[in-house]
Amino acid sequence: MKRKVMAAVLAFGLAGTAAACGSSGGGGNADAAAQAKGEITVWVSNNAEEVAWGKQMVAAWNAAHPDQKVTAQEIPTGKSSEEVIGAAITAGNAPCLIFNTSPASVSQFQKQGGLVALDSFPDGKSYVEERSGKVAEQYKSTDGKYYQLPWKDNPVMIFYNKKAFAKAGIDTVKPPLSTYDEFLATSRKLVATKAAKVAIYPAPSNEFYQSWFDFYPLFAAETGGKQLVADGKAQFASEEGKKVAGFWRTMYADKLASQEKYTGDSFVDGTAAMAIVGPWAIATYKGKVEWGAVPVPTSAGKSAAETYTFSDAKNVAMYSACKNRGTAWDVLKFATSKEQDGKLLEGTGQMPLRADVAGTYPEYFTKNPDYKQFADQAARTVEVPNVPNSITIWQTFRDTYSKSVIFGQQDPGEAFDGAVQKVDQLAAGS
Amino acid sequence: MSRHRGLLAGILGKQPIGTAFVTPYVVFLAVIFAYPLGFAVYMSFHDYFFTAPGAIVDRPWVGLANYATVLSDPAVRRSFVNVGIFLVINVPLTVILSLVLAYALNSAIRWRTFFRVSYYVPYVAASVAVVGVWLFLFNSNGLVNSVLGPLAPDPSWLVNSKLAMPTVALYVTWKQLGFFILLYLAALQNVSKDLYEAASMDGAGRLKSFWNVTVPGVRPATTLVVLLATVTGANLFTEPYLLTGGGGPDGHSASPVLIMYQKGIEQGNPDVGSAIGVLLVIGVLLLALVERRFVGREDR
Repeated sequence: MKRKVMAAVLAFGLAGTAAACGSSGGGGNADAAAQAKGEITVWVSNNAEEVAWGKQMVAAWNAAHPDQKVTAQEIPTGKSSEEVIGAAITAGNAPCLIFNTSPASVSQFQKQGGLVALDSFPDGKSYVEERSGKVAEQYKSTDGKYYQLPWKDNPVMIFYNKKAFAKAGIDTVKPPLSTYDEFLATSRKLVATKAAKVAIYPAPSNEFYQSWFDFYPLFAAETGGKQLVADGKAQFASEEGKKVAGFWRTMYADKLASQEKYTGDSFVDGTAAMAIVGPWAIATYKGKVEWGAVPVPTSAGKSAAETYTFSDAKNVAMYSACKNRGTAWDVLKFATSKEQDGKLLEGTGQMPLRADVAGTYPEYFTKNPDYKQFADQAARTVEVPNVPNSITIWQTFRDTYSKSVIFGQQDPGEAFDGAVQKVDQLAAGS
Repeated sequence: MSRHRGLLAGILGKQPIGTAFVTPYVVFLAVIFAYPLGFAVYMSFHDYFFTAPGAIVDRPWVGLANYATVLSDPAVRRSFVNVGIFLVINVPLTVILSLVLAYALNSAIRWRTFFRVSYYVPYVAASVAVVGVWLFLFNSNGLVNSVLGPLAPDPSWLVNSKLAMPTVALYVTWKQLGFFILLYLAALQNVSKDLYEAASMDGAGRLKSFWNVTVPGVRPATTLVVLLATVTGANLFTEPYLLTGGGGPDGHSASPVLIMYQKGIEQGNPDVGSAIGVLLVIGVLLLALVERRFVGREDR
């Protein structure tokens, strides 16, 4: 009998858990939901500038639409917002819109059944393409639909510390950083003169996304705008990819970049004379570093007008747990309107992913000339490929890069060749 | 009425109050431990991924395919080797240091409470804060290398493929020592003072009495310390993540749990992550059995 009691208790526990896991917070009938209007919740990123933007955006919407109240909250704290969003999708309690969706996670969220195709709204496709122009193409999923609205990008460039450069006797207006040879020579001078401990300090750690801030911007520049994977095939083992790997290998081997993890901001601290980052960081440099910025280097030294880089974009996606999708779609369009994009630019310095940002907000760029070059660069950005197993592909690449380029335990060319087959398989969805 | 009572007694047994007391913990065990473990085993044999509620997906039985994927992945194999290196260093060092220090702290020494608290502080301090101190010590420009001068390893400790895992093992030993010292301090209270007196009368010195009285006297605690150090060591995650930036250099400090997290959570392959978890559980069980057999042999 005791066994029966225990079995009953266990079954009760399991049933409770199973019920909790199986409970639906889902979207119900998709067509009805696409029309439905009412209260919705949105999540915004948790940096102070974006929170302020989110608050004013929501206040403006609520003032005009009291019957469709929007509640905004910061993305709950987690190791990364992608993990928090993934968990919310599984739990069925994701908000209607998240203004911080990483393009690298879209294929995974889509596979989870967590996203709403924006094409399901009559003006969905046209709105995305008219707002972002030809850049929008990079954000299409493999089924040809848009599950994300390209929202804002942070074109990655080389920031340099003018004081450190002056100390090393390097031109601070037009520093020689255009070709790999120039970059290496400048780096050697910076370290030899002790203007900084290392020339540049990209994070040498093994997280899948770190390659977006060392290899990928230079790869985009060297190839004239190719993605890591194109047409289902890995592109990084090309001659251009190996040139980029060779450049970074020299930086690490000659101790111009560090293999060690750094806690803090090496550029702000003065440990590194350069940083490779987007304009979001400008706010953190204010009053701390006298900086200049140039495009990332290429082997032959392309002009700024020809140089591509990594976009470091964050987008808006609509989540399938949303019941009032009609309101969510209207809020999405409101939040990415010309007016709200202007407020985003003004408040955060991040570039709305619009066609011709500089031409749309001429007054801002007249007042803030430092940002003009980022707006120009925004026209030539490369996104992470929107393919199946995107994060696994990036982790595979990072492992290969880390072993060969950062730690020099294998020839980078050989290592890249070795990783191609696995990445091709992953991109094919297997 | 009596029929209902009979039914209730049938469900709750002869001791319904006892059953009532036990039930919450049984439910807790079932929900928090038994169900996730069973579910992990289920996932490891299926093509499983997490979906939104109501999403209709096929999750076919794949037999041992996830295990084959895991075992053929050099990163996973490397992580099991890494944790092996970790345990070989961490477990004996933990036992020896915590026993010796507990013995010393149990003696009538000055500042005893201060020392006890000092050893315990790293255990209760947040890993993120303590890791900062360790990085300050073991970075290439850190205090340790400054003291060693030309004898400092190149590449430095945490970016050296041979030294990264031993450095992590040393760090964890140091961080957790306070907890294990407490276990031994408690065990030392149970060693009869008569035995020390007898040993003294037989002419045993401090060392001999430590070896012949203390060590056998705290054997049950040693068994517990070995098992706990093994289990917590096998679950290593935070320390390599914070100290070596996600398992560097070149995966030489990645632990199976770190790889599980990457595969299962970051990359959306909980089936593969579960297979690693199941292999880890089996490995730890086998190791615990071997340890129990050797360390705890006089307890039986």
